[in-house]
Amino acid sequence: MCGIVGLLVKNQKMRANIGELMLPMLIGMTERGPDSAGLAMFSAPVADDARKLSLYSGEEDFNWVKLGHEFEKHLGTKAQIEPKANHAVLTTTLEPATVKVWLLENYPKLHLLSVGQLMDIYKDVGTPAEVAARYDFKNFSGTHLVGHTRMATESAITPAHAHPFTAGEDWCLVHNGSLSNASSIRRKLQHEGIAFETDNDTEAACRFLQWRMREGDDLETALNHGFDELDGFYTLLMGTRDQLALVRDPFACKPAIIAEHDDYVAIASEFRSLAHLPDIKNAKVFEPSPKEMYVWKL
Amino acid sequence: METLTFDLDKKPLREINQFLHGDASTLNGKSIVIENPNGAHNIAVGLKADVEVTIKGHAGYYAAGMNQLAKVVVEGSVGSGVAENMMSGHVHVKGFASNAAGATANGGLLVIDGDAGLRCAIALKGADIVVGGSVGSFSAFMAQAGNLVILGDAGEGLGDSIYEARLFVRGKVKSLGADCEEKVMGPEERKILVDLLSRSGHGDVDPDSFKLYGSARTLYHFHVDNAGAY
Repeated sequence: MCGIVGLLVKNQKMRANIGELMLPMLIGMTERGPDSAGLAMFSAPVADDARKLSLYSGEEDFNWVKLGHEFEKHLGTKAQIEPKANHAVLTTTLEPATVKVWLLENYPKLHLLSVGQLMDIYKDVGTPAEVAARYDFKNFSGTHLVGHTRMATESAITPAHAHPFTAGEDWCLVHNGSLSNASSIRRKLQHEGIAFETDNDTEAACRFLQWRMREGDDLETALNHGFDELDGFYTLLMGTRDQLALVRDPFACKPAIIAEHDDYVAIASEFRSLAHLPDIKNAKVFEPSPKEMYVWKL
Repeated sequence: METLTFDLDKKPLREINQFLHGDASTLNGKSIVIENPNGAHNIAVGLKADVEVTIKGHAGYYAAGMNQLAKVVVEGSVGSGVAENMMSGHVHVKGFASNAAGATANGGLLVIDGDAGLRCAIALKGADIVVGGSVGSFSAFMAQAGNLVILGDAGEGLGDSIYEARLFVRGKVKSLGADCEEKVMGPEERKILVDLLSRSGHGDVDPDSFKLYGSARTLYHFHVDNAGAY
């Protein structure tokens, strides 16, 4: 069991408070996922030639400022570093590939959670309330987000196994369910030269869809390939630069509920997580059909 | 009728349910209102008194599960397993219902005004279910007894491996499951349908617009030609 939440805010004014709106959604899914939690937050993009890198360190008191100084000294370029506990967002105009090599050589224990222009990823073990407090989710602003609460059933409880997963820039995925053919998908993709960070089934789905899109599929075609290839139970929620997308497996084994309002679109595993949203009584609340794709654009 | 109001924002669900599980003589004839359900699970489960419960909003999983005698009205939608294993009484959902609505229900009447999700009336054992909208795939799977009335459409595999339940469908059936076939609606079945339509607030709906589906009875009677398959 796991919980998923998604929120896309259409009302410009409400975007400043997206974190506050989301927090009860995430905490509402604690019973479905008490062991880890994560959030992908999409906000205003950095400059065209810049990239944001979400970094995770296992250490509470990691010296992010020192990392920033070393980065600038070694690579001879400016870097902006915004630490939040064991997490930091590094913004730079250097090629992400160059940064990855530098990180691997100098900070091999650091984990690179995401690369993008709009998206930051935060994830860690702990209850949703603990993880939210650690990174101050409540004060986040932005346009849309994807969140997850995890109850591990098929692989270990570690920060790296927590959701969201990402493969490629400004694209992420969370999953409620379990895949029975994750290992064969992983082997197939490894033959395509795609590297994996964990043995998690969701990572296999994430890299599969990203691989399809790399091969030229649009999101819809990639998901149709997903319906053919992914065997198991899933509700998948994806975030891109300007949209949220949701699918459920053909047997609708895992739940989802949607609230469409003039001001926002909210998605959760259960209504419990939507009940507090402003003016929810006037939202169109419905259950998505199995094997159908739902997409909401900003 | 005496009315008691509980606010789920202020009182834990367990206390409300325990109150509802009290001595039937103190509950019979009472009307209970539950405010701010906000999708909580297990609201009004296991009732066994002739009491009326109104849930003012959306309920979560297993709302009014295992119901006996009580009348439960949900003024919103419900999650999975509404009125699961109901024995008697009346459950009315004014919105939609998620998966497995009325699963294994033995008796009573479940009315869903909106759509029901997948596996509605799975393993139905004698209850009556009326769905104002459509039902998802694999509904009435292995249904043994009782009636399922669907005013809208049915998804894939309707009535797969069905025993003796009756399925009345007004709209389209995407596909029938194994051993489920269309039947001729005789006067007896028509009477059952008319009665259920009237009791579920659909008295104006033409019973002749429905088709009846039931068991072809090839799977559960021993047939020597099938001996190899058993």
